[in-house]
Amino acid sequence: MNVAAPPQTPSTDQGAPGVTPGIRGNGSAPKSRSSGGLLTAFTWVVALIFFAPVVWMVLTSFKQESAAASSPPSFFFEPTLDQYRNIFTSDAAPYFLNSVIATGASTVLVLILAVPAAYALSIRPVKRTQDALFFFISTKMLPIVAVIMPIYVIAGQIRMLDNIVTLIILYTAMNLPIAIWMMRSFFLEVPGEVLEAASIDGASLIMTMRRVLIPMVAPGIAATALICVIFAWNEFFFALNLTAANAATAPIYLMSTMTSEGLFLAQLSAASVLASLPVVLAGWIAQKQLVRGLSMGAVK
Amino acid sequence: MTTTATPLTDTRSAEAIRAQKAAERAEGWRRRAPLLPALIFVIVCTQIPFLLTIWYSLRSRNLLRPEGEQFVGLGNFADIFLDSTFRAAALNSVIITLGCVVVALLLGLGLALLLDRPFAGRGVVRTLLITPFLIMPVAGAMLWSISMFNPSYGLVNWLIGLVGISPVDWTSQYPVFSIVVALVWQWTPFMMLLLLAGLQSQQHDVLEAAAMDGASKWETFRYITLPHLRFYIELAVLLGVIYVVNTFDHIYLMTAGGPGTASANLPFYIYQRAFLGFDIGQSAAMGVVTVLATIIISLLALRLIFRSLNAKEQS
Repeated sequence: MNVAAPPQTPSTDQGAPGVTPGIRGNGSAPKSRSSGGLLTAFTWVVALIFFAPVVWMVLTSFKQESAAASSPPSFFFEPTLDQYRNIFTSDAAPYFLNSVIATGASTVLVLILAVPAAYALSIRPVKRTQDALFFFISTKMLPIVAVIMPIYVIAGQIRMLDNIVTLIILYTAMNLPIAIWMMRSFFLEVPGEVLEAASIDGASLIMTMRRVLIPMVAPGIAATALICVIFAWNEFFFALNLTAANAATAPIYLMSTMTSEGLFLAQLSAASVLASLPVVLAGWIAQKQLVRGLSMGAVK
Repeated sequence: MTTTATPLTDTRSAEAIRAQKAAERAEGWRRRAPLLPALIFVIVCTQIPFLLTIWYSLRSRNLLRPEGEQFVGLGNFADIFLDSTFRAAALNSVIITLGCVVVALLLGLGLALLLDRPFAGRGVVRTLLITPFLIMPVAGAMLWSISMFNPSYGLVNWLIGLVGISPVDWTSQYPVFSIVVALVWQWTPFMMLLLLAGLQSQQHDVLEAAAMDGASKWETFRYITLPHLRFYIELAVLLGVIYVVNTFDHIYLMTAGGPGTASANLPFYIYQRAFLGFDIGQSAAMGVVTVLATIIISLLALRLIFRSLNAKEQS
């Protein structure tokens, strides 16, 4: 009796993000419509309060510095694009470029390593599959701060400090366990008949991978990539400790706007908006995959 | 005849067994081959540094002192347990982690329940609610410490000023509280997403049957929904703890562990000792202690994740 086992009903809106099942709540007879309306209004109010800091950040990014730090806060102001213009003409580009390189390269590397590994832990499983899975996920629970010092020392000795390659390697190691778990949960959904048919046809492993498996789990690969992108793009601790002038990423740029020549709140807000935008957009588009990725495939 | 026949079959079968074993081994390696690159990569990147951390933790080494390093056994561990700042940081870790996870879980449950019914604009509301989780944590931390909590022009002081409360210097007077607020804001969507997935995986016929049998909304929630959610709540709490216990960004940017060391948690204090104090031995010892503590939590988490995994594979 596994009381807490997750339910086996397939999620109703699986594979179709944004499509919601409109079944709930119709079962209980004619509920008064006004209470439902009140609840809806309440939900909206709560959501807007929760979202307000984001709105404030975006508003501030369109202010002049004087209006940004005014007391009382200025709600009505003449919007300006100055802050964004400043960022584009300032030295921000290398930071963002580094973020793009570290995120993109590590995500590609993760997928190259994780897809075969997940295959070997699901479709043609190695003997000690559970042990391997356990090992991968246990590394995720290792506090990063416990290994930063040796990494710093080693990177210093092999002259890899302030090098974007170091970040790429570390972000790959950071995301690989999650990616393997996620990809495995997608491979497990491939029906066995498909693979049997392929092996009867005498297709080689590489062929089966390329022609049959990869196309079938393509949505899974996209979801896995999304999660890797989010974590790599937002990463701060490694970037702070292992980079300086050459390899610093967008989070470091955000921090530098605060500490260099005093505080430029409006410009910081504009930089925050720009730095957050890629992940926010990706997360909005792939809400369903987000749940699966964050739970490492345990929740669909 | 028979005398020669027996050893012949013996050798033949022995050969057959050997061949079979070789084939099995070859098959084993064929299966292992796709796994090895990832496995080796992760071992090299995580286990070697961790072994080095253990090595460092047994030695006295301070980059600022030239007398060099020496083996001190468990001396570093004794030192850090006598270090009251370390104990305070450990306590802060617990307060910040539990405070954030519990409050975010309750808010997330409330929001998930609100979203678990059809209404106009549900998709938009969900999208708005998950946004704080997607904002870059560095941006989120600075948004709270400056735009929200600044004593002179922060939005929070303006709001409480409307009801006549005098301004508060949040990050100096209530540093831990300020950090927890910013963290709760970031992690509530995470909790909400997991719990909403749990709510939506409920079987509709069970809920309908309960309603038909005259169960009130509260009874349905208490005796059907909540037990069903148990797995999701456990998963959300444990994953939440694993992520939040490592919080560094918010503390570094909002309070820098201050005032003094009032709001430093373990990751931040270890960072301070390593990169500002250059005390490699002690910071490594603290790292080892943190890992041991995390392993205890992790084992619980892993058991849970494996339980769900096995339950799924049986189906």
